[in-house]
Order: sequence, then structure tokens, then C-alpha cells
Amino acid sequence: MNWRRIALISVPYFWLLGLFLVPFFIVLKISLSDIALAIPPYTPTLELSEGWSGLRDLVAQLDFENFAFLADDDLYWKSYLSSVQIAFISTFICLLIGFPIAYGMANAPTEWQPTLMLLVILPFWTSFLIRVYSLIGLLSQEGMINQFLMWIGIINEPLMILNTNWAVYIGIVYTYCPFMILPIYATLIKLDASLLEAAEDLGCSRTEAFWRITIPLSKAGIIAGCFLVFIPALGEFVIPSLLGGSGTLMIGKVLFEEFFANRDWPVASAVAVILLLILIIPIVMYQRNEQKMMEADT
Amino acid sequence: MLKMKTGVILAAAVATAQAGWAEEVRVYNWSDYIDEDLLTKFEEETGYELIYDVFDSNEVLETKLLAGGSGYDVVVPSGTFLQRQITAGAFQPLDASMLENTGNLWDVVQARTETYDPGGAYSINYMWGTTGIGVNVDKVTELLGEDAPIASLDLIFDPANMEKLAECGVHFLDAPSEIIPAALQYIGEDPDSKDEDVLAKAEPILTAVRPYVQKYHSSEYISALANGDICVAFGWSGDILQSRDRAWEADNGVEVAYNAPSEGALMWFDQMAIPVDAPNPAGAHAFLDFIMNAENMAAASNYVYYANGNVASQPLLEEDVIGDPAIYPDAETLETLYTTTPYDARAQRFVTRMWTRIKSGT
Repeated sequence: MNWRRIALISVPYFWLLGLFLVPFFIVLKISLSDIALAIPPYTPTLELSEGWSGLRDLVAQLDFENFAFLADDDLYWKSYLSSVQIAFISTFICLLIGFPIAYGMANAPTEWQPTLMLLVILPFWTSFLIRVYSLIGLLSQEGMINQFLMWIGIINEPLMILNTNWAVYIGIVYTYCPFMILPIYATLIKLDASLLEAAEDLGCSRTEAFWRITIPLSKAGIIAGCFLVFIPALGEFVIPSLLGGSGTLMIGKVLFEEFFANRDWPVASAVAVILLLILIIPIVMYQRNEQKMMEADT
Repeated sequence: MLKMKTGVILAAAVATAQAGWAEEVRVYNWSDYIDEDLLTKFEEETGYELIYDVFDSNEVLETKLLAGGSGYDVVVPSGTFLQRQITAGAFQPLDASMLENTGNLWDVVQARTETYDPGGAYSINYMWGTTGIGVNVDKVTELLGEDAPIASLDLIFDPANMEKLAECGVHFLDAPSEIIPAALQYIGEDPDSKDEDVLAKAEPILTAVRPYVQKYHSSEYISALANGDICVAFGWSGDILQSRDRAWEADNGVEVAYNAPSEGALMWFDQMAIPVDAPNPAGAHAFLDFIMNAENMAAASNYVYYANGNVASQPLLEEDVIGDPAIYPDAETLETLYTTTPYDARAQRFVTRMWTRIKSGT
């Protein structure tokens, strides 16, 4: 391998090392520390001047107490579970909405496609926070949705949507749907239409061809879309805190409480480390699976 | 050669950045807490550029301070938080030689803030107030009758009253360190208790009224009360008085009244202090001195309806500020007010956990 190639490959690795692994180890280290009333609010801290012995002392003072604490209190696993549930259901709804949109876009006349694409991306030109705030205006009891429903007479008194889990689902699905649509659209647009023609020639009905050819061939896009929605939704903080009620349990809110209300950085870091593990396990499993399939193919 | 050039440019860039930095004074204060004309006045008088940011919770401020490098020159924590942050080494001692107006401070308030900051070594009092009950008078008397206990904790801690009030909307502060002492005071326990057994007694009181609380939030109630969206708020005195004023200005027929609960109310103090790593300590002292000027302090109080710790400003206060017992309580009410001290880490965790349980049922 020549050095140019090595240099090229090292760029993503440096990115990963500097912006993921190093911060991760810092967080891991804090999660094994103890809370302290100081700047920064945990102990021990690394004294670079003491060199190796300082590092040894530091490691000797670390322990898993905070993780044991998380296991003791049902708040944490309930929040993880409820986050997984909210993220999972939102991802599923995004898929149900996103796939038909992507399918429609891919099958639209070619000259329309750039415009359709632009329409999907357009909301990103507005700040995420503003989009979530504007949902408050739509969903509140005096909001447009309630006003409209009352005006056409479906309901007699305003529905309580804002400050419930419903609003959280609406917020997540609305914000993250483009992340589902784009990768699916990317795979569908590359799909060879002659395969579908061949299937029909061979006696396949259109629906059958859809299930046996379109879906399997767009699997990569579907999975990518699901990951892109599920992962940020799982740790989401802004949407549940602005749209959700006080009964909405999500791990992002728990993290915020640990950092800001308890000032307990070590426990907050432990919560974050576990969140990362929850995310990494399915991703690694998926990667393994893909690799095996690729090896089987070749 | 190229390397050297970049080095020089970098150094120059850093130097100019630092020079630019020194001319700025960065202040981090509570939201809706100053007459904004004062900000321009400060810039005109001192030549500093003022950068003014706001927060609505002590917790957010404390996290920024303890993380270090907050970049602020002046911050405004409440007394209990200040005390803990002093212990953590978050502030620098004030330089008396740079403050000319300290003589204006009010000894009555200083005697009380002594607990948090002995000798006022690190902070000056900005404003103080009580935590109490704001009501939309018409709606509450409509639901509970003419003799509604609007000046009693019964209004917000008795489920029978709250059940009726839920119809028109009740907000509580999202601040356990304010609500839990009030609940303890209500049942005759020590509001400043750090004992878990005592603290736990607040939980059933708060859980019982939980279903009738529309929202726990520490700033939204100002406009919600003024607009008539809610009819009761358990919040900070000046905020509720601001909302009274906004309703009055909007002339929307909403009449807001504030009362410190007759059972006794929490008295709190917001103190201005200078972070230990403040980029511009000289500018920070200039701001503190500017605030301690009697005329400026009076303008701030006249604007936000909070009492201040500045005795020299009192002749300059408007009658509806200095003469209003909701802002400057009379001697009798002053007797019933209580103060609290900071929770240690263990009690803090206990309180936060309880608060989460009260709010979310888990």
C-alpha cells in the first residue's frame, strides 16, 4: 500500500479517533469518578504534571459505583425502555410515511424529481428549534389544529395534544422523516426497471413484484433510513422537553436532570455510556450480518 | 518561511481577539430582570460593550460555572446556590477599591445574605423577593367563592381547592428547592430541613395536587397569567407583579394579585458575583458599581417590581413599588418569611429524584 492511500484512509480514522474515541474515553473516565464540589465537579482529575504515577493514582480511584447506582433505581431503566419504545414507534411511523413518499418521488417524471427533492430538504433551511416551536403553536389548545377540528365540528372541546407523548411522536416523526425518505429514495432511483418488467413477463402480479423485487432491493435504504431516525430519536432531548409533558420519560431528559439539577456529572456520564452501548450493540450486529452476507455473495 | 508567517498571523489573530475581548463585559442574568435602558446607559457611561444573556434556572447557571470557562464576567445566582459555588471556588473576591458605591447597600438585606456570603466578600445583592401565589382574582373567586384563600398555601396544596382550579389552569415553578420548602412549611415542618425523612413528608402533599397542575415551568407563567391562560401560579413575587402590570397595560380585563402565603414564604436573594475565570474583571467591577448606583438600581426595581438591596435607591422608588407590601413587606410579614440553605449532594439527589417522581409518577 502506498503512502497516498494510507494518508487517504487515515482521514476518517483520525476523525473517529479525535471526535469519537477520545471524547468517549473522557466520558467513560468521568462515569467512573466521584462527584465533588469543585471545578470541574468530579474527582479525581488527571494531573499531567505527575506523569505516569499520576495516571496510576487516577486509575486506582475509579470504580463502577455509578453504574451500580443506575441499576438500583427503576427511573433509569424505565426511561431507557420508554425512549426505546418512543424511538422504535416513531421510526416505524416514519417508514410507513417515508417509503410511499420516496417511492412516489422515484417514480415521478424525471423533470419533477429535483423539485420534489428540494421540497423534502426545504424544512432543513429553517432552524430545528424554530420548527419544533412552531409545532407548539399548531398543537396547543388554542392552536390551529384544535381550532380547525372544532370549526368543522369533529370535536366539541380542544384535544389535549401538547404536553403529552402524542406531541412527542408528532414532533419526532415530523422532524426526522426526511432522514427516512432520502436514503430510500436513493436506492429506489437506482432500481433497474427492467427487473420489474421481467417479473411481470414471467407472470408476477404488480403487488407481488413490489414485495419480491422492490422491497428487497431497497433494503439497504430502508435500514439506513431506520438507523438515521432511530438513533437521534433515542437520545432526543429538545422535542420531549418542549412538546412532551412532565409525564414523558426519555433518557435525554434524565441526562439533563443529572447534569443540571443534580450536578452529578459522574452519574450523567454513566447514563450516557449505557445509552451508547444500547446503540452500538444493534449497529455492530447489523454490520456483522452485512459482512457475512457479503462474504456469502462473493 | 510559510510556517513562520502562519505563526505570526495566528499570534496576531489571538492578540486582537484578546484585545477585543477585554472591551466586552459579559453579563448573565435572570430573564425579565432589568430595565433594558440601563444596558445602553452602562455602555454609554463606561465605553464597554455589554453582552447581556439570560437564564431562567439556577441549575443551568451552576452547571456552566462548575464546568469552568463560562466566559461571563458577572453572574447572578441566588443565595443558596451562591454559597455552594463559593465553596467550589467558582468566584473571585470583590476588589473593594474598584467599587465606590458599596455604601449604598442596605444593612437589613446584608444581615440576611451574611449566611450565604459572609462579609459580602464575593457578591453584592441585586434584588430579593418572596416565592408566593399569583392569582387571577376574578376567575379564582368565581370558582372558589368570595372568600377564596388567595393568600394561603391552602389554595395550592389543598386538593379540594386545586381540583376546582384545575379548570382554569395552575402553574408551579419547576424548582424543587422552592416548592418542597413550601410544602414542608405548610405541614409545619422545618422548610430548611435536609433530613430525608422530613423531606419525604413533602411528597404526598405535592403528589396529591399533581393531577391538577397544568405545568411546572419557571418563566412561562408570567405571560400565561397576564393573558388569562392560567388562573393560579406559584412563582416569584416580581414575576407575578410583572404579569399584573402586563395585564393592566394590555387592558384585557385580567386582574392579577400576588400574595406571600400567610403561613410564611421563602425569602430569596439574587446576588451578583464575578466568576473566578472572568475574562474582564475590571469591566465586571464597573458593572457592579454601575448597578449599585442608587439611581440605576431604582430604575431597575421600578421596572421589574422586585425589591433591591440598595437603601440609597429607596427615595427614588415609585410609590407602587416601595409602598406595595407585596414587594417591600411590612415588618409583620417580614417576621413570617424564612430562608433556606443549600442541599448537600446527597439531599440534592434525594430532592431531585423525588421531584421527578412527583412530576412523572416514576
